[in-house]
Amino acid sequence: MMKTRKALFAFIGAVLIVFSGKSFYGSRRLKEPVVAGPGITKVRKLSEFFQGIKGSINDANVYVLEGKKPGGSVLLLGGSHPEEPAGRLATWVLTENAVVEQGRVFILNSANRSATTVTRLGGAYPPDFTIKTPWGGQKFRMGDRWSNPLDQWPDPEVYVHYPTRQELAYVDVRNLNRAWPGRPDGTLTERTCYALTKLIDAEKIDIVIDLHEAELQYPVISAIVAHQKGADLAAMASMMISGSEGFEIGIEYSPEALRGLSHREIGDHTGAISLLLEAPEPFLDATRGRTDRELLLTGKDPFVVRAGKRGLLFEKIDEKGWPIDVRVGRHTSAILQILEVWSGEKPDRGVVLTGVPRYNEVIKKGVGAFLRDPSKADKGSLHFE
Amino acid sequence: MSGLVTIVYYAMTAFAAVLLIWNFIRGKRWQDEVLYLIVLIPFLLRILRLK
Repeated sequence: MMKTRKALFAFIGAVLIVFSGKSFYGSRRLKEPVVAGPGITKVRKLSEFFQGIKGSINDANVYVLEGKKPGGSVLLLGGSHPEEPAGRLATWVLTENAVVEQGRVFILNSANRSATTVTRLGGAYPPDFTIKTPWGGQKFRMGDRWSNPLDQWPDPEVYVHYPTRQELAYVDVRNLNRAWPGRPDGTLTERTCYALTKLIDAEKIDIVIDLHEAELQYPVISAIVAHQKGADLAAMASMMISGSEGFEIGIEYSPEALRGLSHREIGDHTGAISLLLEAPEPFLDATRGRTDRELLLTGKDPFVVRAGKRGLLFEKIDEKGWPIDVRVGRHTSAILQILEVWSGEKPDRGVVLTGVPRYNEVIKKGVGAFLRDPSKADKGSLHFE
Repeated sequence: MSGLVTIVYYAMTAFAAVLLIWNFIRGKRWQDEVLYLIVLIPFLLRILRLK
């Protein structure tokens, strides 16, 4: 009797492992297609700037767009926190649509690729989501805020940031946006930041724009977070956006006392201006209800709305939620406005983009309208994240 | 150094998994067996490098 019971339990356990393992395996290896748009002139690997990440999961694709007219250089980071998908989708839209008239643009859709292969442990997040397109739909990995523990494990009791030795939360040892400027002999996350820092130096990047989303209970939201070197640029872009794009975006100054963040360390350790964009994502709010794909894509949640009615939020929300098209459109328009202001002030270092949909166009047509069908792509223009 | 620490942690995980399997086999109460099994799953998934 006992042996039969144990055999039955062992069988049930094996079934659970097979089903869950299959889901995790498939999610980690889901191939996300990128159809290089008309503006892509090269696709490089991040390890070209630092060999220390060659062969690792974070040896990401670097899409390079070069204009005929010389100018400045910009680095766009999507996927620093892959659980904030509007950032990745915005860079995806640029990768597949943007054309550069002047200057150069470097784009990473998966700045922390490892973090795209896992969801928050114990969070019951969906493993992926699909964006509807005119040709069907494109599936993306959901991702997490932190690198996958399969790639970097264990975490320390306390994370000591390099080089400041500031003590941060243990889990942030796997947070790309707490590991800047990185170090060559550090963890995978630190080495990834180091490689990006080397890219910024080698390519003489003028501006780095790191794309994020934030929960509505977080005070830094709907904002451009700017290093002091970029304060004027951010202020002017904020005014232009609020005046002409149809949405409001504020400015937050990068605090000097909080280390490891892109808007602080890139500005301190490289010649580039560092900016970080935050869009609202109710999916991340602690008071949310069911954490599913619908919430991720529609940003509709009655519990977050209730929190807003009680004055607990730093951004407004109603029954319309914060749809993914709105969040992506905020990012594309903010990028365009920042570059337009920059190019107006520094014509010789200007970066001029065309072919990128603005806020109203993304909302009107949906972000899927700007994703290209990989089945119709030339073999040479198809890449995978 | 961090690579060595990772290997040690995988060895510790495997050791804990063996203990859990041993307790599962030796267990007398069905409630304990279910508990060992539930606890065992994440250990095995980590050893198999699935999550």
